Amino acid sequence: MTNVLVCIKRVPDVAGEVLLSEDGQSVDARHVGFTVSPHEECAVELATRVTSASGGTATVLSVGPADSAEQLRNAMAVGCSDAVLVEADTVQFGPADIAEAIADVVRTRAAAGTSYDLVLLGNDAADTGDFQVPVRLAYALDRPVLTGISTVELAGDRVVARGDGPDGTEIFELPLPAVIAVMEGGVSPRYPSIPGRMKAKRAPLETVTPDFEPKGSGRVRLTAPTPRVSTVEILGSGPSAAPAVVDLLLELGVVSK
Amino acid sequence: MIVVLVETDAQGATVVSREALTFARDLAGSSGAAVHAVAIGPLPEPARTGLLAHLADQGVQLVHIPQDDRLAAYAAAAWSTAVIDVVKSTSAGALIASGTPRGNEVLAHVATRLDVAMAANVVQIATVEPLAVTRQVVGGAALEEMRLDDGVAVFSVAGHACEPRPAAEAAVTEVLEYAPTISDRDLVARVARVEAIATDDTGALTNARVVVGAGRGAGGADRFAGLLELTELLGGALGVSRVVTSLGWRPHSEQVGQTGSRIAPDLYVPCGISGAIQHWAGCQSAKTILAINTDAEAPMVTRAHYAVIGDLHEIVPAINAELRARLGR
Repeated sequence: MTNVLVCIKRVPDVAGEVLLSEDGQSVDARHVGFTVSPHEECAVELATRVTSASGGTATVLSVGPADSAEQLRNAMAVGCSDAVLVEADTVQFGPADIAEAIADVVRTRAAAGTSYDLVLLGNDAADTGDFQVPVRLAYALDRPVLTGISTVELAGDRVVARGDGPDGTEIFELPLPAVIAVMEGGVSPRYPSIPGRMKAKRAPLETVTPDFEPKGSGRVRLTAPTPRVSTVEILGSGPSAAPAVVDLLLELGVVSK
Repeated sequence: MIVVLVETDAQGATVVSREALTFARDLAGSSGAAVHAVAIGPLPEPARTGLLAHLADQGVQLVHIPQDDRLAAYAAAAWSTAVIDVVKSTSAGALIASGTPRGNEVLAHVATRLDVAMAANVVQIATVEPLAVTRQVVGGAALEEMRLDDGVAVFSVAGHACEPRPAAEAAVTEVLEYAPTISDRDLVARVARVEAIATDDTGALTNARVVVGAGRGAGGADRFAGLLELTELLGGALGVSRVVTSLGWRPHSEQVGQTGSRIAPDLYVPCGISGAIQHWAGCQSAKTILAINTDAEAPMVTRAHYAVIGDLHEIVPAINAELRARLGR
């Protein structure tokens, strides 16, 4: 029976322009919603699949503000059975701090009798894009780690993971316990059902607070890239623009007569 | 001393690794440091000769090449041990890689083991003393200035943050082979085997000179014939938005974006793609963008260099016909 801990992050659902807070320390998300990264949606799906095969439980965790409960409930609506919210002002937290906060939960729960032999995370957070929390977590827990993984399956006390490498699909076989960072592409996240949402509302969500002083992220400030004045040259409308397009292709040298 | 982790392909150093070398040389120029490279993994000919030519061209004085059969199959922890050996033997003040999956993964191991910060996807140096970098966050929709003033500055350079420029004076690059201090623990998370898959064109996509893009406007899995024909006429690769893969119209290996491939072709032709951040993150490095879209106000159109307004299903076949007529194909 393998239990899985899957870690997600509440991030602004930015599709177009990004607004920054006045102090330049965070994204101003007042006018957009919140979501989790597609990588994490896939990690939640894999956690659900692994535990339904193993008979273990899938616990979802987030380090972030109290409002992260929304994302935790969403994950419980698609199969996670309980949640942990490490409530913290994550603007003050760097990747090493996030990893430490997650490691604390894994150790505390292990001491209380629940061991998470597999910890899944997204490959990189959609907002901070640090590419290092899974690796730092693995070292904190003294476990092997993989990143960029598309699918995960248990085989006895080992885990078989697949991911895209430069020469094709790379296959790894690791002993448990392990830490794995998931990339979108291997599985399609399921949609929540109405009964799933009802169940998620009542599912247990434990809130804890970190008991260490964060190192911080080194962030000085955020800036928006210099807004680009549109310099687009409209070649035409509809099929009659085709000759102008081909003129351009020849001019750019991407096709030759 | 600045050490650059250089990734290799069949021809030598990868393009993004050469960019990282140029980036390192520029930083070295402003801080007076020397640049060394470390290259890991099997280096059959002509990759080895190509690598040395690329390094000489980039003005690299010395390349460290670990000799250990256990590095034949990729293991991030083992690579990081081989890199840490070089950082220590050279007393490096900075370690740089390109912002590829491997580059970021190996740096994460190194930074953790050295107990220093790491900055991913740096686009420029903000200040040299004390060192602060500017890096892409939120898929490149915002930039973060980040202090990187630990003992060793560890960072990856975002793809195409700079052009790979040759050094003013080419170097005669010396090779230093060494035995890395890899332990058995470093080999636990190691590639067991690799399956080459015919449908995975990720490599073709990221290296293509021309990419034809398709988004929601394509309209269905069975409506790609014209786009694929254009792709073939241009000798390029097809890249799609996340909507297209989420709807199951095309495989994820063709996805361009924050959670797909990052491309940098000479020409990108996004058809029926509105240009959300998720997608822009993956295509913003294209040299020229020619957008085809029904909406003249779509972000992809306003950010493009050229655009044609209208239905791609009318415009693309007309371009194909014009191309065939003019090129005699």
